[in-house]
Amino acid sequence: MRLRSIAPLLYILFLMLPIYWLISMSFKTTNEILSGFSFFPQVWTLENYAVIFTDPTWYWGYINSTLYVAINTVISLMVALPAAYAFSRYRFMGDKHLFFWLLTNRMAPPAVFALPFFQLYSAVGLFDTHIAVALAHCLFNIPLAVWILEGFMSSVPKELDETAYVDGYSFKRFFVQIFMPNIKAGIGVAAFFCFMFSWVELLLAKTLTAVDAKPIAATMTKTASSAGYELGLLAAAGVLTIIPGAIVIYFVRNNIAKGFAMGRV
Amino acid sequence: MKTENPRAWFLVLPVILLVAFNALIPLMTVVNYSVQETFGNNVFFWQGVDWFEQILHSERFHAALGRQFLFTGIILAIEIPLGVAIALAMPRKGIWVPVCLILMALPLLIPWNVVGAMWNIFTLPDIGLMGYGLNNWLGIEYDMTQSPLAAWVTIVVMDVWHWTSLVVLLAYAGLVSIPDAYYQAAEIDGASKWSVFRFIQLPKMKQVLTIAVLLRFMDSFMIYTEPFVLTGGGPGNSTTLLSIDLVKVALGQFDLGPAAAMSLIYFAITLLVSWIFYTIMTKESKE
Repeated sequence: MRLRSIAPLLYILFLMLPIYWLISMSFKTTNEILSGFSFFPQVWTLENYAVIFTDPTWYWGYINSTLYVAINTVISLMVALPAAYAFSRYRFMGDKHLFFWLLTNRMAPPAVFALPFFQLYSAVGLFDTHIAVALAHCLFNIPLAVWILEGFMSSVPKELDETAYVDGYSFKRFFVQIFMPNIKAGIGVAAFFCFMFSWVELLLAKTLTAVDAKPIAATMTKTASSAGYELGLLAAAGVLTIIPGAIVIYFVRNNIAKGFAMGRV
Repeated sequence: MKTENPRAWFLVLPVILLVAFNALIPLMTVVNYSVQETFGNNVFFWQGVDWFEQILHSERFHAALGRQFLFTGIILAIEIPLGVAIALAMPRKGIWVPVCLILMALPLLIPWNVVGAMWNIFTLPDIGLMGYGLNNWLGIEYDMTQSPLAAWVTIVVMDVWHWTSLVVLLAYAGLVSIPDAYYQAAEIDGASKWSVFRFIQLPKMKQVLTIAVLLRFMDSFMIYTEPFVLTGGGPGNSTTLLSIDLVKVALGQFDLGPAAAMSLIYFAITLLVSWIFYTIMTKESKE
């Protein structure tokens, strides 16, 4: 047992090292960073964080990112739920091809689509809005959400649906009041993945925004190049981008392994 | 099992509309560019399949494609076995499970350019922990802006750091779904550890592992932001993967025609390989 647990421990240590370095860097003064190597910050400073929390171009980046990620997660789940139900319960013309076509959209390199996306969203007048980024991220989040939810739904016995219809439930009432509570874990896992892929994506988010909806990750690249090499500030901004993710994982921690297991396994 | 129901189309319709808006219109734009030549000012000339021929015969494209396959091959060969091994060694119950899962999932939720920036800070030869450690404590000369080998090792280690957890999570989910009775039966039969793995654990993990391979293939084949932030494709062209090369052509040189043709070839290759994986996967799940 002792020996067995060494492997995960070493792995976690390996994962934590770069994160530790980022955090340690964020508490150092610029002087200390440039003057040489030190494992711990010699002088602890909160200056880097203070800059971020007082400068609107910085903290608006966080608000923008959170906004479009939230909108995207809601849209993705709302349209993916009925579609996943259709795929898990019914056979219809072209269903298999449709499913694969949806998956192919996860395979399109965002680098390919960056320029056409810019033109498309400029043409419909949505450029530099949160909704543009949220819609664009649907490209890869909806297929994934459908895929995950379909797995969960297929593990719910069909008798549940049939009994409900016999009892006189309408489709809508059955779906919201009986079916959705049954796949709660699945919805949680799907939401987690939508959040995750929308939060970490930068290329499209950066292409589709200029000022008003600019994501935090894009703010970081600009500042890093214009103000020379402010590593401490960059590190502090990086640390703050990790926190929302950590909070979301904390909420789904029990569902994530169980959730996968109930789904497509 | 499933009932025939054409009206199910109405349930899928919103998904189709939304994805089609995002996928088909931009794709058509790309196709449009790929057969034309432009000298700016929105004046276009018909070019036919010239760009495609040019790209398919260009050494630069071959080199980038080769690097891309090499990269994807290496990271799959490391991440899949490593992920399975760690999932096998993880505890099944107890308070350490959520702790392990949270810590392991953390890298997955960091924005990709932050990952690149973070590894940049981490590997700086004079003030980064890894760079300084390798140079001064282990005496290995390391500077990824100078040596192509060091740059390659760095992007591979970064990707392993970033994505192995996804394989761990998926494999672990497969493992916890195995009922205890299977293990008890194996114990009664006196099965060795290897045969428990080979005949109980591996078959149960097969589905999730195919998903893991598929996801890792697609995402590593399209990787752009992390290596771009970390190495910028250098030193020289040594880590210029396919998407980095593509963006250089499209936005750097603004050669829309060749860039569009390249995009389509790129997309086609990704699609073909993923289709092969997908067919194998669905075939096996039916058996």
